Amino acid sequence: MKNKALTTLLMASSILGSAGLAVAQDKTITIESWRNDDLAIWQEKLIPAFEAKNPGIKVVFAPSAPTEYNAALNAKLDAGSAGDLITCRPFDASLELYNKGHLANLADLPGMENFSDVAKSAWTTDDGSADFCVPMASVIHGFIYNADAFQQLGIAVPATEAEFFAALDKIKADGTYIPLAMGTKDLWEAATMGYQNIGPNYWKGEEGRLALIKGEQKLTDPAWVEPFATLAKWKDYLGDGFEAQSYPDSQNLFTLGRAAIYPAGSWEISVFNTQAQFKMGAFPPPVKNAGDECYISDHNDIAIGLNPKSPNADAAKTFLSWVASPEFATIYANALPGFFSLSSTPVKMEDPLAQEFVSWRDKCKSTIRSTYQILSRSTPNLENETWVKSANVINGTETPEAAAKVLQDGLDSWYKPAK
Amino acid sequence: MAESTEIRRPMRWHIAVFLAPAVLVYTAVMIVPLFGTLQLSLFSAEGQTRVFAGLDNFRTLFFDPRWAASFWNALWNNTWFFIIHMLVQNPIGVVLAALLSSPRLHFSAFYRTAIFIPTILSFVIVGFAWKLILSPLWGVAPNLLDLVGLKSLFTPWLGKEEYALTTLGLISVWQFVGIPMMLIYAALLSIPDEVIEAAECDGITGMAQFWKIKLPLILPSIGIISILTFVGNFNAFDLIYSAQGALAGPNFSTDILGTFLYRTFFGFQLQIGDPYMGSTIASMMFFIILAGVCLYLFAVQTRLRRYQF
Repeated sequence: MKNKALTTLLMASSILGSAGLAVAQDKTITIESWRNDDLAIWQEKLIPAFEAKNPGIKVVFAPSAPTEYNAALNAKLDAGSAGDLITCRPFDASLELYNKGHLANLADLPGMENFSDVAKSAWTTDDGSADFCVPMASVIHGFIYNADAFQQLGIAVPATEAEFFAALDKIKADGTYIPLAMGTKDLWEAATMGYQNIGPNYWKGEEGRLALIKGEQKLTDPAWVEPFATLAKWKDYLGDGFEAQSYPDSQNLFTLGRAAIYPAGSWEISVFNTQAQFKMGAFPPPVKNAGDECYISDHNDIAIGLNPKSPNADAAKTFLSWVASPEFATIYANALPGFFSLSSTPVKMEDPLAQEFVSWRDKCKSTIRSTYQILSRSTPNLENETWVKSANVINGTETPEAAAKVLQDGLDSWYKPAK
Repeated sequence: MAESTEIRRPMRWHIAVFLAPAVLVYTAVMIVPLFGTLQLSLFSAEGQTRVFAGLDNFRTLFFDPRWAASFWNALWNNTWFFIIHMLVQNPIGVVLAALLSSPRLHFSAFYRTAIFIPTILSFVIVGFAWKLILSPLWGVAPNLLDLVGLKSLFTPWLGKEEYALTTLGLISVWQFVGIPMMLIYAALLSIPDEVIEAAECDGITGMAQFWKIKLPLILPSIGIISILTFVGNFNAFDLIYSAQGALAGPNFSTDILGTFLYRTFFGFQLQIGDPYMGSTIASMMFFIILAGVCLYLFAVQTRLRRYQF
């Protein structure tokens, strides 16, 4: 009897509870995201700022693990259980969602005029007719170094490749520090922090990237093989057992002060600021000869879109317009130094390391990662293959030429550039 | 009395009723998805619509040079994974069981529990713990080897193409050696004392007794363990995924059918999931396991001699 009473009570309360929700005026919108690192920032800074201005709308930030996000999101969208707002990966992953009707067209959303076409490029259809995500941030590649170590060893910040390797030799000869904190175990470090980091200086940024898409250049051309050859030289400067060194291992090696240089993405800044006990600096990928034009990877990384099946589409659109506003850009860029706003209005940032990264936008030419747009649409997937091949080249198990040939052959097997 | 035998037995509805929940649940969560997968492998996507493709997906898997290379690589790795288990896990399991069933061994309950505990751990914990143990930076493995003066033997095993899969195989053996041990242990305990005594009367003791009396009696159990190992290994996925990630690095050297299926079906990073090719791989896994189990059932099990006591 007691059990039955309890069951009745529970059922009654659940029905009443949901009825209560329906009566209340508050609309709750849920954000799907892979940025579980940012949970605190959303809950403590961004969401309160929005809710203060928009009473009646409650926002829930519901992130999942980065490596599981794409698969989990697709499954939720297919099942109709996904949240109202979808954090968008750049390029084809989101384009695919739009084509399947899982993202709404936001071209007319108030606030979209705050973004340039380049900023929106990662989230538009090939013909440019629809924009389906509001750009949030880009990340910039470069190298973060231990400034105390550099001072102690009397090393100047390297600007050219020769200086870069001279600095590495000096650190190695001294022996106090591991010259480069990078491992090949997780594969993507080698490709993203290695190949895509230093590559733009060789293939001249957008010029090479667009030529590759048009089919005018091939991955077997010297401009695309040379970065691999340079990466192969990194092998001698990595820590012992780098083949089994994972991404968190590399981060810890650097923040514990055991390594001198960290091939980085700007997203590391906020983590490193809280963990490292020493002074840090940053330099862009070294150029081949002094005075060469420099190129950086300034990659559109994160945006946010609307689930067309959302029952609270109006509230969600209000939120998206706010994301497009300079107010959001300022809070976001300062709460997460290293995620640079894509908004056309300049955003003032406090963090010195973030300022250093963003200053390269003025002196170097920006490009995005070469494998992201169009070229990773089918299998074999160029991005994934690049991960594997970059790690192979650094491990010394494959020559740069052989790796490049496999990549190009894989691309040729399905990609026919429009002539 | 003749009357009572003529009473017709009523339909025994309760059997159907009691079986129904299990049958329904099993059908809903196992049989239907299985046929769903087999069916899906015969289709492919054209734009946003699903079209019947016959055996095209299988043709792609076997005759497209890239797909075929990935498939055979995964299948060979899977086979090697199985070979490691058969050569290492099961013999060790038998030896441990034989030692445990020895009446002269003290603390046998403790050893039994200690050896069995890893089996109940989650793959994620096992994968993570071993990644840390073997880590060249913070792991205890390099230090332990250093203590015995064998530091030179240490290499980053999980990061080397030639060692990674074998290392993972041995980790899996470490985790699961408790299962063959328990099954064999139970089989050894069920051998009647009279048989052992008779053997002793005939002067068969010690090792000879194990080889000539006990081993033949536990052969059926070893057969069952082999087939369980086979099914478990060809369905394996968790350990590789948690230790090496979905790309099963370095250079796909630890890619097994399970990770290959995951990558294809759900997609990975920029690779978009392809449920049709994914189902094709899943179907192949099903057929391979089915073939292996049938081979065992019809060719091996029928020939195993059974002893009735």
